[in-house]
Amino acid sequence: MKKTVISVKNLVKKFGSFTANDNLNFEVYEGEIFGFLGANGAGKTTALRILSGLSSPTSGEVIVAGYNAKKDPEKIKKNIGYMCQKFSLYSDLTIRENIMLYGGIYGMPKTLIIKRTEDLLDKLSFHEYSDRLIADLPLGLKQKLAFSVAVFHEPKIVFLDEPTGGVDPITRRQFWEMIYETANRGITVFVTTHYMDEAEYCNRVSIMSEGKIVAIDTPAKLKEQYGAKTVEEVFIKIARPDNRPHPLPSPSRLSGRGGNWVGIE
Amino acid sequence: MRTRLYLIRKEFIKIFRNKFIGRAIFGVPIIQMLILVPAVTFEIKNINLCIIDKDMSSESRELISQLEGSTFFKIKYFTFSETEANDLLHSNKCNLILQIPSDFGKDIVTGRPGRLLVSANAINAATAQLSWAYLNGVIRDYNMNILVKNVGTQASASIPQIQITNRYWYNEMLNYKYYMLPGILGILVTAIGFLLAGLNLVREKEIGTIEQINVTPIRKYHFIIAKMVPFLLIGLVDLALGLVLGKLAFNIPFEGSIALLFLCSAIFMVAVLGLALFISTFSSSQQQFMFVAFFFMIIFILMSGVFTPLESMPLWAQKIDVINPLAYLMRINRMVMLKGSTIHDIARDIYSLIVIAIVFTTFAVSRYRKTA
Repeated sequence: MKKTVISVKNLVKKFGSFTANDNLNFEVYEGEIFGFLGANGAGKTTALRILSGLSSPTSGEVIVAGYNAKKDPEKIKKNIGYMCQKFSLYSDLTIRENIMLYGGIYGMPKTLIIKRTEDLLDKLSFHEYSDRLIADLPLGLKQKLAFSVAVFHEPKIVFLDEPTGGVDPITRRQFWEMIYETANRGITVFVTTHYMDEAEYCNRVSIMSEGKIVAIDTPAKLKEQYGAKTVEEVFIKIARPDNRPHPLPSPSRLSGRGGNWVGIE
Repeated sequence: MRTRLYLIRKEFIKIFRNKFIGRAIFGVPIIQMLILVPAVTFEIKNINLCIIDKDMSSESRELISQLEGSTFFKIKYFTFSETEANDLLHSNKCNLILQIPSDFGKDIVTGRPGRLLVSANAINAATAQLSWAYLNGVIRDYNMNILVKNVGTQASASIPQIQITNRYWYNEMLNYKYYMLPGILGILVTAIGFLLAGLNLVREKEIGTIEQINVTPIRKYHFIIAKMVPFLLIGLVDLALGLVLGKLAFNIPFEGSIALLFLCSAIFMVAVLGLALFISTFSSSQQQFMFVAFFFMIIFILMSGVFTPLESMPLWAQKIDVINPLAYLMRINRMVMLKGSTIHDIARDIYSLIVIAIVFTTFAVSRYRKTA
């Protein structure tokens, strides 16, 4: 029997008159890699923020790691790790300082923080960079570091919001190796992406379009169901059918939180 | 506690790694003290006087020579034309016109009251009033001399009169530097607390680092405390720096307890930091924060009594000042530094500051949202 770690029932999130998440229903099981797919502005980030306690649902029942997202977001936060779409570690701190800071915030004992920091630096071969300011690092290393920090306190679930946006294929591959390794340790990985090749690596995927989940299953079953060779084909068939018109998003939609806007530092 | 230490450490690293802020923290107080303390003064020297002496009598000349002897006045112009004198006043070449009418000497000799006409440039009402008061003093002396001359020394001594001897307590020399310095110290800690801490939090919002913090189980008050402590300490270090400078550069007296001054400044800083962080919780950009913060800072400083006496404000304004932490600190700083007041003398002000500090900090903690 698979254990459910995330359970979402009838989740609705509205920003004014704009509905970012329109009645979502799904479950995520312990230890799996769950891919949360969708076009830009489909409402992935909004849902992810609700699951990680950063945003409150308008209605519906969201249970993450055994806690209700509306009532106990802080208890959820104890049990999860989160990696922002936008790099958000402190760029004026060094790698080591960032790791230590987050270890401290999660209340890890100092000896454990020091030991794991060294292990992590070994694993990432980051020793030569460890005392450099993060601002000076290339994006690929930044993303690997952000992921490592997100799972540093060994959470039950880790949420990754487009973790590989803008990084080169080699780094992406290494990144997915890290994700696999994390899942093997029993940490559930919930990852949003719009790289469809990455979707193939997931145990199960859901595809979102305009605030709704339009498909959810294993990549293999989805391909079979839609008679497609790749998840990308599935995605194009259901998320963007050719007969559907593509109006420009309205301004309110642009400013909604679902948008894939990258801030400029 | 440990979480807070990690956070506080992070704030300190960030502050001092920012080269500009790291330097400004110590540069600003030094420059502020050295420029503002001597520059901001109400003392008026060198009042430019224009005299229209239509009398040209020995009496009028005596009055003029007494004015010449005064350190406050500089007789810049003599003229017989009122138009010319008015022009001088208009063009700001003189501040005060003293007109001596043609029968001034005759009136005095014949025992009638002499008349003088004084016109002052009152664009700055305070300057005008002060120059008028100085001029009055000189004329009073002159009056005494006439009295003595007319009735003879013996007789004048027998006329009963009230002798007023002034003694200016707590600032005997009426040194405005002594008056201003405690105020400038207050403004100094305000600027550090208000602007640096508030901008710091809004900046985290702007670049998105706060998102990663908000997704941790960190407690809201831990986060706010961690934002306060570094700036509180920096503010107190700046206060110490200001005091040392005040002693070295202006030899400012310090009558009371230094520890008491620091205690009060610390409470004050919590209040100001609380308000700044409160404002920054609902500002989404540094620009927004600056606009609102500036509004509060101007009101706080101008209504604090640092430049103008609180007692001369209208009653409703004095009531508003109940929530102005800087008004309490100004009073405390001056009382402790110049008067040597003890903790009992300023207990009410301290209590008020504590209440304000608690209220503002509570606002900041409760308004800070980890879940939108």
